[in-house]
Order: sequence, then C-alpha cells, then structure tokens
Amino acid sequence: MDQLLSVLIPAALIVGALGAWRRVRLWRQGRPAAVNLLQGMLRMPRRYLVDLHHVVARDRYIAHTHVATAGGFVAAMALAIVVHVLGVENVVMAGLLGLAGLTMLVGTLFVARRRLEPPARLSKGAWQRLPKSLMAFSLGMLLVSLPLGGLVPEGAASVLTTLVLGVLVGWGLLELVVGMGWGGPMKHAFAGAAHLAFHRRPERFSDVSGEGRHPGSRSTALLPLDLDSEQAPGSEQSMGVARPDEFGWQQLLGFDACVQCGRCEAACPAHAAGQPLNPKKLIQDMVIGMAGGSDAHYAGTPYTGQTTGEHGGAPGERIVPQLVEPETLWSCTTCRACVEECPMMIEHVDAIVDMRRFLTLEDGATPEKGAVALDNLIATDNPGGFDNASRLDWAADLELPRIRERPEGVDVLLWLGDGAFDMRNQRTLRSLVTVMRAAGVDFAVVGEEERDSGDLARRLGDEATFQQLARQNIATLSQYRFARIVTCDPHSFHVLGREYPDFGGHYRVLHHSGLLAELIDEQRLQLAPAASGSSLTWHDPCYLGRYNGEFEAPRRVLRALGMEVREMARSGHRSRCCGGGGGAALTDVPGKQRISDMRMGDARDTGAEVVAVGCPQCTAMLEGVVEPGPQVLDLAELVARALVVSEHNSSTLREPQEEVPA
Amino acid sequence: MTSPEVRVLVSSGRHPVSGRSGAAREDARAVEMALALAGEGVTLLHAGDPADASLRYYLGMFHEVPGLPSVGRVGRLDLLSMPAESDATSLLAEQLRHAGASLVLTGMRSEIGEGSGLLPYLLAERLGWNLVAGVAAIEHCDSESATILQALPQGQRRRLSVRLPCIATVDRAAPAPRQSAHGPARRGQIRVIEPQESAGVALDEPRGQWRFEPARVRPKRLKVVKGGSARERMRAAASTGGGGGGRVLSDLDPEAAADELIRYLESERVLQ
Repeated sequence: MDQLLSVLIPAALIVGALGAWRRVRLWRQGRPAAVNLLQGMLRMPRRYLVDLHHVVARDRYIAHTHVATAGGFVAAMALAIVVHVLGVENVVMAGLLGLAGLTMLVGTLFVARRRLEPPARLSKGAWQRLPKSLMAFSLGMLLVSLPLGGLVPEGAASVLTTLVLGVLVGWGLLELVVGMGWGGPMKHAFAGAAHLAFHRRPERFSDVSGEGRHPGSRSTALLPLDLDSEQAPGSEQSMGVARPDEFGWQQLLGFDACVQCGRCEAACPAHAAGQPLNPKKLIQDMVIGMAGGSDAHYAGTPYTGQTTGEHGGAPGERIVPQLVEPETLWSCTTCRACVEECPMMIEHVDAIVDMRRFLTLEDGATPEKGAVALDNLIATDNPGGFDNASRLDWAADLELPRIRERPEGVDVLLWLGDGAFDMRNQRTLRSLVTVMRAAGVDFAVVGEEERDSGDLARRLGDEATFQQLARQNIATLSQYRFARIVTCDPHSFHVLGREYPDFGGHYRVLHHSGLLAELIDEQRLQLAPAASGSSLTWHDPCYLGRYNGEFEAPRRVLRALGMEVREMARSGHRSRCCGGGGGAALTDVPGKQRISDMRMGDARDTGAEVVAVGCPQCTAMLEGVVEPGPQVLDLAELVARALVVSEHNSSTLREPQEEVPA
Repeated sequence: MTSPEVRVLVSSGRHPVSGRSGAAREDARAVEMALALAGEGVTLLHAGDPADASLRYYLGMFHEVPGLPSVGRVGRLDLLSMPAESDATSLLAEQLRHAGASLVLTGMRSEIGEGSGLLPYLLAERLGWNLVAGVAAIEHCDSESATILQALPQGQRRRLSVRLPCIATVDRAAPAPRQSAHGPARRGQIRVIEPQESAGVALDEPRGQWRFEPARVRPKRLKVVKGGSARERMRAAASTGGGGGGRVLSDLDPEAAADELIRYLESERVLQ
C-alpha cells in the first residue's frame, strides 16, 4: 500500500502540474499585464483568510463546510506527501494524517448533504460528482493511516482491501490533484488562488487599500480605456472586447475561478425579472470562449428564454452573438450585486462593460434608445437632447447663486445632474435648496456650464463620449473654487468622486444624504417631530451603497426625522436595484416582469407608508410602479417637510409643505 | 445585383437645439441608403473646410449591420478643399464627372448656409444627369438603371425607373441612419483634394453681401374647423392643410406652362 501511494501521489502531482501549466497558457491568451509574481503569491493566503472570509461567511453552512473540507484536504495532502513520499512514518504523523482525513470526511458529508437537494442556484453536472470524489479521497486517507498508527495490525490488509483503498485514493487524487490542473470542479482551487494573488483590482483587498489607483475606495470605478493607443495608426486592435482573447489575462483567470455557486444568479435583478441574463452563465460562457467549445455541458440555470447547447465560442472568435446574445449584455443594470456576492471576487460588471464598449465603439450596435441618448450627449451635453441652457429653468424664481459670480469660492458646489431636466427631480432639487438655505449653507451652482457627468455614456460603453464629457467638466470645475461638491444624484456622485480622478479631477464629493446628515449632526436644521406611528423604508441606491459604501448617512437622517425606519428584505449591501442603472432603462430588454415592480414589492412588504429614495433614477423607476404602494419621496423632500420654518424666510421655504401628493 | 459605385454628398450640419456642428440629418439618411445599397462601393464627397471635424460622424457609419452588405473596415471621404463661403457647384461637378460614379445621393438641403436645396439641381444641370428628388427607398439598382420609390405627402409613394447616371436627394421618409461609432469614425480616411489651378474656385460674390441671422419659427396658418362632428374635426386635424385650391394642368407646351407658372407666382406676389 505504501509503495502504491509513493508512486500514485507523485504521479498525480506531476500530471496535475502539467494541466496547471496548460491552464496558465489558456489565461495568458488574454492581453498582457505585468504582475509581481512573488508578491502576489505571498499576499494570497492573507487575502484568502481575511478578505474573502467576510464574503464567504454570508453563507455560514458552506463556509464551515469549506473550512473542514478544504482545510482537511490541504493538511491531508501535505501529510500524505511527508508520510508516503518522503517516508517519514511514525505514529504522530499517522495520527495527524488520520485526523486530517477525518476532518475532511466530516466536511465532505456536509457537502454531500447540500448536494442531495441542491438549491436552484447551484450548478449540477460534474459538481454533483464532487462530494463522492471528496469522500473517496478522505475515506481512503483515513483508512490508510489506520495501520500506520497501529490502530489496525499492519498485516491485516489483504490484497483486496489494498486494491479497494488504492482505487479510493486514486479516484480522489484524480479528481482533486489532477483535476485541479486539468479542469473539472476542483479547478477552482488553483484558479481561485491565482486569481486572489493576481487580481486585476488589488485595491479590493485590505493589504493594498490606500495605495494604487483608487485609494480608499471599494474599487468600483470602471477602468479607463486608452483611446489613443488603441487607435494608433495601423493598429488592428479594436476598442473594448470583441473576442475572449481580448480580455486582460487576469480577467480570464478570474472567470476560470468561478465555482458556479450561483450567488450572483440569486442576486441579479435582471435574472429575477426574467431578462436573458444570468451572471453565472455569463462567466461560464467566458470560460467556454477562453477554452473553446459549446455551452452544452453547462449544468446550471440558462439565460431565460434560451436553451443551452446552441451557443459556443473560441478564443479568437467573436463573442457576440455566437457565444452571448447582445440582449444578455444590455440587460445588466450595472448594480454590482453579483460582484458584491461573488466569493471568488470575479468582476462581472467590468466584463460586461468591456464587451459593451466594443459593441458601441466599434460595432455601432447600442440599442436604439441608447444610441439616441449618446447622440444627444454629443450634441447637447445631456441624454434627453434638451437645451443645456435650460438646466436651471426650474429654479428661475430661486435666484440661485452661480459659481462664476463667486470667485472667492464657496463651501458647497451644488451639482444638479440631469435630473434638472426632469420635473419630478426638480421638486427634489427645490427641496434640497430649501433645506440648504434654512441651514445657511454657503452654496452655488455651476448652471448652464454643467454637463452630464458621463455616467450613462460610460455604462453604455461609449468611453469616447464619457472621456470627452469628463474632460470638459473637469476643465469647467478647474476655473472655480469650492470646498466640496454636493449632488442628489448618486451616479454623478460616483463618477465625479471616483471616476474623474483618472482624468485629473480630484474633488471631495458628497451625496446629499451626507450633507443632510452633517447638517443634522451640527444641529443646523430645526426639524419638527414626525407624526407618531408613521413608518418608512430606505431604498439603497446601488451607486451610493454598493459602489461607495454609504449606507449609514441616509438612515441617520431618517432616524432624525423621528420616523420608524423599516428595512426591506434586501437592503444595505444586498439592496435590490431599481432597474434604472447602467442604461437599462433605455436599452429596455424585455423580461417577464419589471425590476422596479419587484423592488416596489419589497417596499410594500415592509408595510411602510413611504419609501425614501436618494436618486433621480430610483425615483423615476419606483414612481412608475402602479398603485397601490408606498409613496416615493426623496430624502431632501422628507427633510424639507419636517423643517420648522421661521417667518422671515423666502417663499421657497414654504413650498414643500404646500405640495399635495398626487 | 451588382452593387454600383455610389457617391454621397455630405455636408456639415447644425444641431437644432444646441447649434453645435455635426452631421446633417438628411445627409446621414443618404449615407445609410448608400451603405445599405452598395456597402464597400460607397465613397463620401464633401467640398469645404478640411479642418471640419463634424464629417467624421459619417465615417463612423462604416460598420457592419447584420443583413446588409459589408462596408469594409475603413470608410473613405474625398474632401475638396475650398473656403466655406465659396460655391461648391463647379468643384463637385468636375469631381463627379471624373470620378465615374453612376449614382449620387445626398440630402434634400443643407442645414447651414443657404440651405436652398438647389445644389443637386445645379449639379444635374451641369452634368446633364437625371435627378430624383425626395427618395424614400431604392428598390433596385444595377449599372444601367435604378428603381426608386419617391416620397410624396401623406405617406404616398411613387415608383420611378431612372436611367443612370443620376443624382437622388433623400427624403426624411427614408430609413433612419445607423449609429455612428467612434472606432470607424476615427479610422476613416479623409483624402483632401486641393483644387487645380485651372478649376479656379468661384467665390460666391452675392453671398458676401448677405446678412445671416437665425431662422425664426414661421407662424402657422390657423385651421378654422367649422365642422361639427367629431369625425370632421378629426379629419381636419389630420389633414396636412393647403391643397384643394390648385389646378392640374397637363399636356401644355413649355411656353404655356411657363406662362402659367409666372401667373401663379405673380398671384402669390413672389414676382412683382
């Protein structure tokens, strides 16, 4: 038996290493990017144990199971090499090996239990085989250790038991060691470890936050496309990603790390709405594209309305539409729920935007209304095609100070965003102005010189228009002096604060919830207590919450209003998108239901009378849901309603109280 | 169907809201019609300022659309360099005569400058080519002739058979232009052709004396609806107005026809 293992284990390691080398070659088909090999590998364990843990631990069952199974496996494998290959045979080592095998066996039983009636989000197929393979390996290792530890007499092993044990261990080694390199379920261990070591966004890990590209952020800013170099004369390189081998190699590595746990699928609003997008399937499609083949072997939930086996790809072939239909890419709201959930730190949104970039910049295939919005952005600086000079029409009677009339500078520069053209959002803006005036905030607006932040253009893949708008806005802002920017649009908040730094615009940007919370903390607002018993719920905008980690400020404001804040089933970092982000409201891919209806259902279930929002898109989407349902009110409107107005103030202070809900 | 050599005359447009220069919307439709018809056989032609960046918009339309002919990787635009105030007619006519194009498409009128819509007529006259105004679709085209659908008011269409070479102006009823993409727009090749000494760009003398000002919206004639029934009001609202008062004259000799036209223009006080 010992001799058998001393041959089997090295053989499995060598074959597995060959497979791993082949895997690395598959990843390296992607666009090159330099990494520090040694540093990455040294950082990997800590990233796994610390940064990954908080994501994995959201599913406690599998987190504990994984600790036992993976921990047991790593220990058993290491000890088996020491004992059987290096020949260090003694009772202590044998006991440890037995213990590792036992730990793994216990974990394996829980894996098997989950796989008895697996949740719909899990992929089946080869993954159903995994618990059996794990069991074969752990049981084999446990039994092999028994005679060495003296628990069973040395000679008790008959030829038959040796044969059975050999088959068990061999099977286990084949799945766990050979399969780790060559593919199959255990590929995730090798690819996942490498992905952690060489992640394209190292800022996501605590060991590098504060250095690098996006200091202090959750690394949610899209990475800029270098338009000049990609357009160099004679360059055949197209912009964005058309073929799997045009992804960065780290992205391909990331796709390959997927464990098909389907947490992204469960979180994806487009998937829930019956639109043809499933983030898990998308990542698997990218793996298929990288390795070549068809999606016939995919054993998870397909894209709604499509059957598996009809699409396929290869590294050098177009992704759309052979491998992925364009509707799949345009269904995404870029809400990042999938990225937030992914225990393997895969960047789904980056991949989708990369592919959209090609469709828009090279193929001219943006869905119709999206293309119109892009043309409008180029011609009029706003997606609606409005005269940009009318950006302040809603405030004709408010005599808003312009920043150009305040060369000495102001505390707050109020960034209006494109909600300034929307009558609903104009009410929010007026409320915000009322509150800021009541608190005596020193503020001014950019007014006619303000352009769209470029959020929509960028999410639709039009990096050229985005960069143009960004540069123009940065040039405008550079003329003026202000301490910080405040906006009631989380998309502007994110883009100005997180994405403009790549183009030389560094600002302190606040969402209006942050400003309101600050004014309340400093007791600069006199608020009347709310009617007792009134309740509301807060809808976290994706670009405020998940993108920028601001969950607390709006809740602090709402609590200060004296109303009961109820939480929806999906809130905080797991908040469900309203359906309006990423241009999805324009691309409008048909589904079985609307995302905003589902979100309003979440709000209705809390029984709250008001759903408080903090984003013009969310307001529009949620107000578009048919009644009955809670009233949709912006944070600024709620605060303005609760203001205790002193008589000498201007007429605008009265207005929110006069508003009658429609 | 052998795809013919198609030229599209494109001009720099003016956005109706922002006034920013960009593509002219009718010219973009002409480019779309040409690309859908001839794919790689399309060359754009413009006479004007070589530094005009708005022309890149048209080159951005040179990308594949499923189900339509391939357009190749790089769009081509020939630019006849001349000052913006000059008269483009002779330059364009010379270029077209030598280029050997058989079908020339363009919009009905430009969005800046005179915008009289006369250029295609002047070109056709100078070249001795056929001219079709207000094209909604080209149904068939070979090296000899084309079958064209002409747009008439209220959605009516007239099918015409035209012998090539021919200049056709594209109506707003034609299919909407495809999206202009950044990649092909930047890749597209603009070939600047300096005018030959002999060609001598004619400076547009009368134009120098004109005063340009933004157009005002013309007041609309009120339609007084006298009919009582809802149906009549609906019909009145849906009708395009005018009409009814004209006369149809046919089989007149040219002299008599010209007299009729002059009489009409005098009655409308266009001629005095």
